[in-house]
Amino acid sequence: MTRIRSRDELEAWRGRVLSGRDADTPCITVCAGTGCLASGSRAVITAFESELEEQGLNVDVGFRGTGCHGFCEKGPIVVLDPEEICYLQVSADDVPEIVSETVKDNRVIERLLYVDPNTDEKTACESDIPFYKHQQRVVFGANRRIDPRSIEDYLAIDGYQALIKSLFEMTPEEVVEEVKRADLRGRGGGGFPAGVKWEIARNAPGEPKYVVVNCDEGDPGAYMDRSLMEGNPHGVLEGLTIGAYAIGAHEGYVYIRQEYPLALENLGVAIGNARDRGLLGRDILGSGFDFDVTVHRGAGAFVCGEETALLLSLEGRVGEPRPRPPYPAVEGLWGKPTNINNVETWANVPLIIGRGADAFAATGTEGSKGTKIFSLVGKIANTGLVEVPMGITLRDVIYSIGGGIPNGRRFKAVQTGGPSGGCIPEEGLDLEVDFDELTKAGSMMGSGGMIVMDEDTCMVDVARYFTDFLSDESCGKCVPCREGLRQMRKILTRITEGEGVEGDIEVLEGLAETAREASLCALGKTAPNPFLSTYRYFRSEYEAHIHEKRCPALSCKELVSYWIDPERCKACLICLKACPSEVITGAKRTIHVIDQERCNSCGVCLEVCPSRFEAVRKISGEEVPPPIPEDQRTIVRKSKST
Amino acid sequence: MTLKRIDQIINEHEGEASALIQIMLDIQNEHHWLPREALERVGERLGVPFSRIQHIATFYKAFSLVPKGRHRVHVCMGTACHVRGAPRVLGKVEDLTGLKSGETDLDLKFSLETVNCLGCCALGPVLEINGTTHGRLSPTETADVLSSYE
Repeated sequence: MTRIRSRDELEAWRGRVLSGRDADTPCITVCAGTGCLASGSRAVITAFESELEEQGLNVDVGFRGTGCHGFCEKGPIVVLDPEEICYLQVSADDVPEIVSETVKDNRVIERLLYVDPNTDEKTACESDIPFYKHQQRVVFGANRRIDPRSIEDYLAIDGYQALIKSLFEMTPEEVVEEVKRADLRGRGGGGFPAGVKWEIARNAPGEPKYVVVNCDEGDPGAYMDRSLMEGNPHGVLEGLTIGAYAIGAHEGYVYIRQEYPLALENLGVAIGNARDRGLLGRDILGSGFDFDVTVHRGAGAFVCGEETALLLSLEGRVGEPRPRPPYPAVEGLWGKPTNINNVETWANVPLIIGRGADAFAATGTEGSKGTKIFSLVGKIANTGLVEVPMGITLRDVIYSIGGGIPNGRRFKAVQTGGPSGGCIPEEGLDLEVDFDELTKAGSMMGSGGMIVMDEDTCMVDVARYFTDFLSDESCGKCVPCREGLRQMRKILTRITEGEGVEGDIEVLEGLAETAREASLCALGKTAPNPFLSTYRYFRSEYEAHIHEKRCPALSCKELVSYWIDPERCKACLICLKACPSEVITGAKRTIHVIDQERCNSCGVCLEVCPSRFEAVRKISGEEVPPPIPEDQRTIVRKSKST
Repeated sequence: MTLKRIDQIINEHEGEASALIQIMLDIQNEHHWLPREALERVGERLGVPFSRIQHIATFYKAFSLVPKGRHRVHVCMGTACHVRGAPRVLGKVEDLTGLKSGETDLDLKFSLETVNCLGCCALGPVLEINGTTHGRLSPTETADVLSSYE
């Protein structure tokens, strides 16, 4: 591989890459992101490779394993270009048919298409599927078009053009100014203007300076950073290199969770390729600018997503946050000025430089420009990653893109902003999503997790769950966070177990206020949010748990009993055999009865009871009806003739 | 794991004290736990006090100071899995293995751990055994999955 030494050489290479490609050549794309791999896309890829070779098509038909397409619900996903025919939930067995029917004869296979759950209408073209149609995939869209391990693929979609523009047409100050003008706010949660941070780091005294990518994505239910890193590592590296040039840094670090093996692997390949080609290292493209990157694996600590903790971890220490100021932009890694941004923020940089700040800022709201990638998960029909313009309503995200709540259940709340975010109820569905509006609603943007909850989700349990998580992840440095959260967890657990007492809420409120006021870092300051926001919007659920010992969502195990309705029981023996505690009595033609004394409310009976019977019921907050007398339990089957 | 191999790992990181966490991760990934002798060797070679190594080994979740089982079971307790019934899946695994999170059984068959998010939220509730993902599990299916591991 030859090292590229000038802008002209890169252009020549890009010209060669493009001349070998024709947008009309058929190309098969299979998603090989972590989500689809878990659904079996590796086998699909292998099947395609051997099938294409067997049919002698491997020369005429392009084939590519890509990063995450976002529609994880329907994986493994296969898209056939140029027509953009999108096949969902493809298995290896479907592959020969796809090759012989669609690739060879241009016939669409109906059963693999997207089916609208409401109208039963089928959609063949990827961009017509509602999940994709309402998105604006300017950052994340590249994933679908490139093999993350191929630098040529990235070049072919105008990759590294923004770096060339920065290095050869702009001064570092102009780059900073452009990012400032774009008003790019940090996508990792803080929402601090990236350009302002860059300027502080640039002007701060001290050499050397550092740039860092924060890929310590720890929020449960959020995986957009991983998917960007897996699917388009060159995009992140290009943004980082531009940032380094603007700030005057020659060394960069990528801090990435070691639980992301595929992202680590693809990033490693990308760095290797960029180095070989002279896009990293000394004298990049003959511009005289030196810059290289080191990868640092995170060893698993949620708090290391906090920038001061992350930097200590980079130095090989325990990641405990320290007070700010001084901010890392002034005193960061090894005490030197360090600019740290999240993966998605860096991935937006080539876009801003390439298309210009004005084009970037044309999308979005007054205070939040551009797009944001959200991880739409939980009780939602279309789980996946969605990129939408800032200012879109929650309703559009959840219903138009997400397809609403599955199984005919009702929407209850959406939780945004990760563990220390907040829950927004149905009244808030028309809220226009951006940094400021979410904060006003008592939640936050965070890194972009959006967890949808339906009527079966207990909000007290949700608060308990997040408080439990945060208490576990508290580094232990500040007392209000370490001890306060532990007490909050204890009280919330007690309430969900039906042991709540008068005064619990007041104590929770006091602890919340102290943690918020007196913790050093964002983890502690925002940790009371799950309780505060659920209490603000779902006060009645707390009251039902404490006063009536009732869980309105029928979710808290200790407050729920299972009961078999004798009118509906068909004595089919299914629940009786499935009960792990063996507490169901009955026999063939004898109505089944649960021994309430011994039942531990595991719920297996409800799960296995055939849906046409619906005999098992959940009861909370009221007496379980007494078992019917033994002499009335026999079911007399009427013969068909009468 | 031999001292020779540990030295090799340290050399790969050029013996820098700042690479301490990376070196410990390499040992953990290869050996699945961190024996005391290995950590002592690392401290000696890097000139780092043992107390700091212990601090790191207990602070970060990736490290284990006790041996792990043949099959490493990770039950996802991420938010998406939680609202889709992960607690019941975990309960089933705990019942069947007799383990709580963080424990390993005496014959070193299973190690059980809860993790915060495996990032396969579309498949929730999810558990991962030795890197293989099993998704959309009910408690009953969880039992079938576990029984397929010897």
